[in-house]
Amino acid sequence: MTNSNRDAFEQALDFRVVQGRSLYLDAWHRLLKNKAAVTGLVLLVAMVLLVTIGPALSHWDHEIPDWDNYSTPPSLETGHLFGTDALGRDLYVRTLIGGRISLLVGIVSTLVSLLIGITYGAIAGYFGGRTDNIMMRFVDGIYAMPFMFFVILLMVIFGRNIFLIFVAIGAVNWLDMARIVRGQTLSLKTKDFVEAARACGATEWQIIRRHIVPNLLGVVVVYVTLTIPQVILVESFLSFLGLGVQEPLTSWGALVNEGAQELETAPWSLLIPASFLAVTLFAFNFLGDGLRDALDPKDR
Amino acid sequence: MLTYSIKRLASAIPTLFFLITVAFFLIRIAPGGPFDTERALPAEIEANLAAKYHLDEPLVFQYARYLWQIARFDFGPSFHYLDWSINDLIAQGAPVSFTLGAMALVIALLVGVPIGAWAALRQNRPTDYTVMSVAMVGISIPNFVMAPLLILLFAVTLGWLPAGGWAFEPSRMLLPVITLALPMIAYIARITRGSMIEVLHSSFIRTARAKGMPEKEVLMNHALRPALLPVISYLGPAAAGILTGSVVVERIFTIPGIGSYFVQGALNRDYTLVMGVVILYGVLIIAFNFLVDLLYAWLDPRIRYDEVDV
Repeated sequence: MTNSNRDAFEQALDFRVVQGRSLYLDAWHRLLKNKAAVTGLVLLVAMVLLVTIGPALSHWDHEIPDWDNYSTPPSLETGHLFGTDALGRDLYVRTLIGGRISLLVGIVSTLVSLLIGITYGAIAGYFGGRTDNIMMRFVDGIYAMPFMFFVILLMVIFGRNIFLIFVAIGAVNWLDMARIVRGQTLSLKTKDFVEAARACGATEWQIIRRHIVPNLLGVVVVYVTLTIPQVILVESFLSFLGLGVQEPLTSWGALVNEGAQELETAPWSLLIPASFLAVTLFAFNFLGDGLRDALDPKDR
Repeated sequence: MLTYSIKRLASAIPTLFFLITVAFFLIRIAPGGPFDTERALPAEIEANLAAKYHLDEPLVFQYARYLWQIARFDFGPSFHYLDWSINDLIAQGAPVSFTLGAMALVIALLVGVPIGAWAALRQNRPTDYTVMSVAMVGISIPNFVMAPLLILLFAVTLGWLPAGGWAFEPSRMLLPVITLALPMIAYIARITRGSMIEVLHSSFIRTARAKGMPEKEVLMNHALRPALLPVISYLGPAAAGILTGSVVVERIFTIPGIGSYFVQGALNRDYTLVMGVVILYGVLIIAFNFLVDLLYAWLDPRIRYDEVDV
């Protein structure tokens, strides 16, 4: 074997160690090309960092008023970057603490709805037939309900505690997830690899867990990104009505509510939390859209 | 179609029944009652009040009594607004809320569909990107933020329009209707754009163009109708969105509609009022979804409900 032949042979061998491009790597590259989605992602990372470490950087507290400054506009002299509210509390700290709550509610409630929705949808779709029929008819039935009114009722009745918000919103929001997951599962279960797994003697539960659920990941990721802003919106809506997070804690919705009442005298107390809320929702929506395009390129 | 309609309406009854039952027991297990006051009432008065409204009976009896009542379209007396029946309250509030909601929906359709179609015709060009970015902003600004902002701009700063109150005149209706319509315009524009793009790529459009049909006719006669289908199916969720939106909008603009009753009623433990509003909204959503499905079948000849088992 001559040297040049050997080189060519080794080169050919090299090809086999080149890393294959996975679906998710591909999607990630497509996502990075989407300017709006990248902007959304950067904004979200910045927002999370800000609400996590931001409050610690200020020497004000979200509960303790500054007795010398009531309803003062944003200024560097007083040290209140975003001004103060009618009780003299620093709005910079309150906005960021409120953001912590809003984001937390958004993420945790979405996870709750995700858990219920995936389990329910995967079971309905996988077993099909009568089980599927009954389960989905139940979903349709609940779907026809004015669900927001139930959430309001729940909040009024069981007091306004933050864990209830997680559960109430999550428990109501799983319907869409269940429907989407069921549809995907219906098409997945006819695939050959499921048949192969069954031929190897895998139990039904193993098939659902190892073969169906992992393949739902793409849809789920997109849906989660689009659900979080919806949940943040619901929480803000409740807090706006005075039914959500209670003093001295706060959330963006509660801050917008307080700000709206002092609209004429202290517009900054509305505008600042409102823009934080809007920017976050904006970023989530753009990221979700970008992810959908990236993971499902045929829809573009 | 008739068979389908009957089946569909019949299937609404258990849904409605479930709704009534859950709402009834939810509000009843809430701590506190409609006649709680700061000062405790004498025991005899409390007993009398409870007897008058049948609150002393076992809950199941009250439930049966209530079902019988609403079967005769009598929603009972309000526990909070004395001398008012729920029927009166709804008769007073409903026209206001419905006018508001209907106008918002019509405006959203009339504005959203053309904008979306326009963006679709300029797919991936600057116009398209601008329109869709603006739509995304519209979706991201919740109505309880939009309302105070609009008041700040048009009522407080410019002084063009009143900040609140209600009358059946354009100046009072404008701001609340716009607040309700804006996010819907954005959604409808996005949906229309997406479906329009898909339709414009399909082969029957290519055929129509190849036969030399004027572009205007291609769009109006061939493309628009199938492109509207997703918009139609969005109308169901949109109606539900209007109902919840009205709670906020009626509160901010101090409008005497049904939405504003609901939260107050729940806080006051005004059992019959809360039930009345929940039932009304449940019926509305069910009825609206039904109409949407009929409209859908009418627009899309491929859908024939009678052939499938409902």
